[in-house]
Amino acid sequence: MLSETDISAISVTIKLALLSTAILIAIGTPLAWWLSQTKFKFKVVFEAIIALPLILPPTVLGFYLLMTLGSNSPLAGFLEYFGGGSIAFTFSGLVVGSVIYSLPFVVQPLQNSFSAVRIESLEVAATLGASNIDRFFTVAVPLARSGFITAAVLGFAHTVGEFGVVLMIGGNIPGETSVLSIAIYDHVEAMEYSQAHLLAGGLLVASFVMLIFVYLFNRHFSLVRSRDW
Amino acid sequence: MIECQLKINLEGFTLDAKFSVPDQGITVIFGPSGSGKTTLLRAIAGLEKGDSGFLKVGDSIWQTDDNFVPTHKRQIGYVFQDAGLFDHLDVSGNLNYVKKRKTGLKKVFIDSIYTLLDIESLLNRRIGQLSGGEKQRVAIARALLTNPKILLLDEPLSALDLKRKNEILPYLDSLHNQLEIPILYVTHSQDETSRLADHIMLIEDGKIIGNGPINEMLTSFEMPLSHSGDAISIFEARVISRDTDFNLMHLEFNGGQFIVPDNALPIDSLVRIRVAARDVSITKKKQSDTSILNIFPAVVEEIVPEGNAQVIVRLTLNGVVLLACLTRKSSASLKLDKGSSVFVQVKSVAILN
Repeated sequence: MLSETDISAISVTIKLALLSTAILIAIGTPLAWWLSQTKFKFKVVFEAIIALPLILPPTVLGFYLLMTLGSNSPLAGFLEYFGGGSIAFTFSGLVVGSVIYSLPFVVQPLQNSFSAVRIESLEVAATLGASNIDRFFTVAVPLARSGFITAAVLGFAHTVGEFGVVLMIGGNIPGETSVLSIAIYDHVEAMEYSQAHLLAGGLLVASFVMLIFVYLFNRHFSLVRSRDW
Repeated sequence: MIECQLKINLEGFTLDAKFSVPDQGITVIFGPSGSGKTTLLRAIAGLEKGDSGFLKVGDSIWQTDDNFVPTHKRQIGYVFQDAGLFDHLDVSGNLNYVKKRKTGLKKVFIDSIYTLLDIESLLNRRIGQLSGGEKQRVAIARALLTNPKILLLDEPLSALDLKRKNEILPYLDSLHNQLEIPILYVTHSQDETSRLADHIMLIEDGKIIGNGPINEMLTSFEMPLSHSGDAISIFEARVISRDTDFNLMHLEFNGGQFIVPDNALPIDSLVRIRVAARDVSITKKKQSDTSILNIFPAVVEEIVPEGNAQVIVRLTLNGVVLLACLTRKSSASLKLDKGSSVFVQVKSVAILN
């Protein structure tokens, strides 16, 4: 059965994934909107930076995060000045790492569905008396809803599945920064295969169910929109 | 009165439009594709922003050199070419979008718009379930709900087949008759223009080349519309009596009386008549032994060559201007000249409503 550390790893993981997803949507939405609308010449530079976590080894990312957020870093000194301190090896550190690591998984689907929103729809809304912000929330967001579902599920699932970054920046402290993927690794190291099976299998099924949900939703959505007679 | 002086530079295209149009009736903005019709409409709506300009609709100033009222603060009704309905909402959702943003719309006002465009039965439909014509009706109703000072229609019929066009034209006629706001109607269709326009504004290469009452624009030799074998004249007449023996009706206009097949229009109704220049012939003496019923005395005002073999003649029939297209040979053998008194024979007329 699940041990106490397993259960705490599951709860830390879910907490981390939920919080990261919320922050990712909050940051990713304006970022994706800007990328989808701007004619800025160097937009590709921003796109590349956001996409970096897709190809970088997670340990590289984790290493630089550790350097940036660790106790000797200028940032930590800055935070200390305000009564804070280093967030390396804390839950907050994990959240920061996860957000950066999963950013492309949220920004890209959002950007794609924002790009598919026709400018004309927004112009129509303007002629009907809707201000900029009003148009964004009542036209662009509803038209891009499949992108939001995809982004949220991918952001959540990807955060659940990360390993390298959390190991580097979190340090596997039980109850604080020890997450599911590391717990599985620990079980395998300790040759506790049945417990590793339980966690791994659970993760597999949960991921599968989430993806089924995304595909079903998007399929239903596109069917509703394309029906025409 | 709508006063407009807008200059807009787009990539490879400049719109430089200066005009004023009356604040009643339909002004058709007519011109070939790429001439800037839609850009002009978008500029009036504030969707294109030029470097400088002036725009005044009624008593609202929407643009001066240092003030630009954004689109959502202009009281405009804009109907896009493909209707532009929100397909994440149903028909009522689309209409409610306006109601939520314009407070204090009276129920009588809303009902009158629903009735005018006959959309009560469509309210619960999804956008995907509407035909092209129904979409346009909903879009026009949605635009009118904003209680606009001006209605802008961008080729509202161009995406429809002939059957759908004929379905929606009567609704446009009723807009024409019942709305008290000016309508700017962009099209490149001569049929729509001759049926709906009170005024025509001609646009070419981003410039307004003419602007005036419909028949003046159709028959003036300064304007390109008259220089064509397809030239037409349009004027109004009134049904005054019918001849039940032969199933005909009599239409009175300033130049005389037309006799046309009875189409069941009630006595006293106003009709719009279109006469093609090709269907008008000219005689020096009034013919009596002819099958043509519609013969009127007229005076030649001006003659211009059309191609190598033809001429277009502008005539006045007691103030009503009519074009005739003849061969140059006929014109010469009749010795037509400015001021000649003649008779015109009109072979056929079209009643447009």
